[in-house]
Amino acid sequence: MTDFTPTEMMTIAASRALTSKDVCFVGIGAPSAACNVARLTHAPDITLIYESGTIGTAPDVLPLSIGDGELCETAVSTVAVPEMFRYWLQGGRISIGFLGAAQIDKFGNINTTVIGDYHKPKVRLPGGGGAPEIASSCGEIYITLKQATRSMVEKIDFFTSFGHGEGGDHRERLGITTKGPTLLITDLAIWKPDPVTKEFTVVSLHAGVTREMVQETCGWTVKFADDLEETPVPTTEELTTLRDLNERTKIAHAGGKAA
Amino acid sequence: MGKVIPLDQAVRENLKSGDTVAFEGFTHLIPHAAGHEVIRQGISDLTLVRMTPDIIYDQMIGMGLAKKVIFSYAGNPGVGLLRRMRDAIENGYPRTIETIEHSHAAMANAYEAGAAGLPCAIFRGYKGADLPKVNPDIKSVICPFTGEELAAIPAHRPDVTFIHAQKANEKGDVLIEGIVGVQKEAALAAKRVVVTVEEIVPDFKGLHPNLTVLPHWTVTAISVVKGGAHPSYTHGYYARDNAAYLEWDKVSADRDLFDQWMKDNVLSATPEVFAERIKGL
Repeated sequence: MTDFTPTEMMTIAASRALTSKDVCFVGIGAPSAACNVARLTHAPDITLIYESGTIGTAPDVLPLSIGDGELCETAVSTVAVPEMFRYWLQGGRISIGFLGAAQIDKFGNINTTVIGDYHKPKVRLPGGGGAPEIASSCGEIYITLKQATRSMVEKIDFFTSFGHGEGGDHRERLGITTKGPTLLITDLAIWKPDPVTKEFTVVSLHAGVTREMVQETCGWTVKFADDLEETPVPTTEELTTLRDLNERTKIAHAGGKAA
Repeated sequence: MGKVIPLDQAVRENLKSGDTVAFEGFTHLIPHAAGHEVIRQGISDLTLVRMTPDIIYDQMIGMGLAKKVIFSYAGNPGVGLLRRMRDAIENGYPRTIETIEHSHAAMANAYEAGAAGLPCAIFRGYKGADLPKVNPDIKSVICPFTGEELAAIPAHRPDVTFIHAQKANEKGDVLIEGIVGVQKEAALAAKRVVVTVEEIVPDFKGLHPNLTVLPHWTVTAISVVKGGAHPSYTHGYYARDNAAYLEWDKVSADRDLFDQWMKDNVLSATPEVFAERIKGL
């Protein structure tokens, strides 16, 4: 199909990175949509875990929060939050952590804590929640966000979650044994870290996207792979699945009543 | 031991100004009615402990009752930012607050350590993160067996923990089902435990044997408040009022609108109004 938005392309490209074998710790927002599109299309056996303790959940609509009741009702098991972080995450049982970000740098370090100085912030963001340990304990990390110069920056204001630090072997030097960020999916492109420097490099442009568009919306000088590819456009099945999911979600969240 | 009393009495007898208090419930079962009662009684200078401060602490902070907040995610879940908490941090309004910021893993571990009677929690965390630079409570220990460096933080030992639950039986045993969060740990870590419940039933015969979370002798007081988690939800009773979370984003964005909302919906209300609020959910 050719009629799709950049956000839809981002979500669908992200969903394609997941398989039925994955055990995935799902961040709220864009990651949650991508993970559930994967589950509803090519990865029906994927295990989705939300930090509220719901393991193997299969919601019919996207949760507004990570603790919506439907996550529990459709889960294989629901465990207490300390158990979630100790046995399942810290225990090394989760293969992929899927995170969003307010700010990211070229090495996949994430800031969701503050814009400006921590003690006198210009904007106080929500903070890390589960992300600091998701970033270090999951086998690898996928990140998804929309490109903008204010969110893709040369230097982040606060290291909420550690990616590749200053690049190279920085993770190993800190004693972190997991791979860290291995995939960045934006509304314009797919990025992968350089095997040596760990700097995120564009490996695939979404249909209709130019190198200039990627550079204009990114705060650092972008590197492109020599064999740059074009991301296949969404299939009818992918797009229909995503739109149906969003529509069901919209209807469900309009429910309830104001206090 | 688990005496059943009205909520205003339970709050008055158990929470004092200056206390360290946890209100827990991970999106599910957030004890909002108890929070409103604390606001009505004007109990202040509180150190508020909670993984996700959420609307419940946004209201207390906005009313100037908090001097310190220990937390790990200061968002309105699924909606955005906590605007009253932001106003306190960014502008010192209505008063300055001290913040002690952790990750979720750290907070969960700290409650568990408190419940286990340990002085600190030890876990593999904060690797490469900046929080240890701004939170002096985050330190490290070396494993004496492997040499691995691990994060260490103080255990949570609240003076009081407030939780909401589906039901208690006549003896005062408390049952929780669904997303159980960190309430058992937060309750067992505290000196006093106040539980609001949807209902009290004669006994738990016929129910799943693992559902009882707190035996009656671990609970200080129980108050029946139907709908007491609203706009959070109670699994099996009523759904999350997502529209109310969205509305809060607007109410909390404006100081005057907030004041008026608190007057209308909290200060001049009673716990009984929560039963009305969940109708149709």
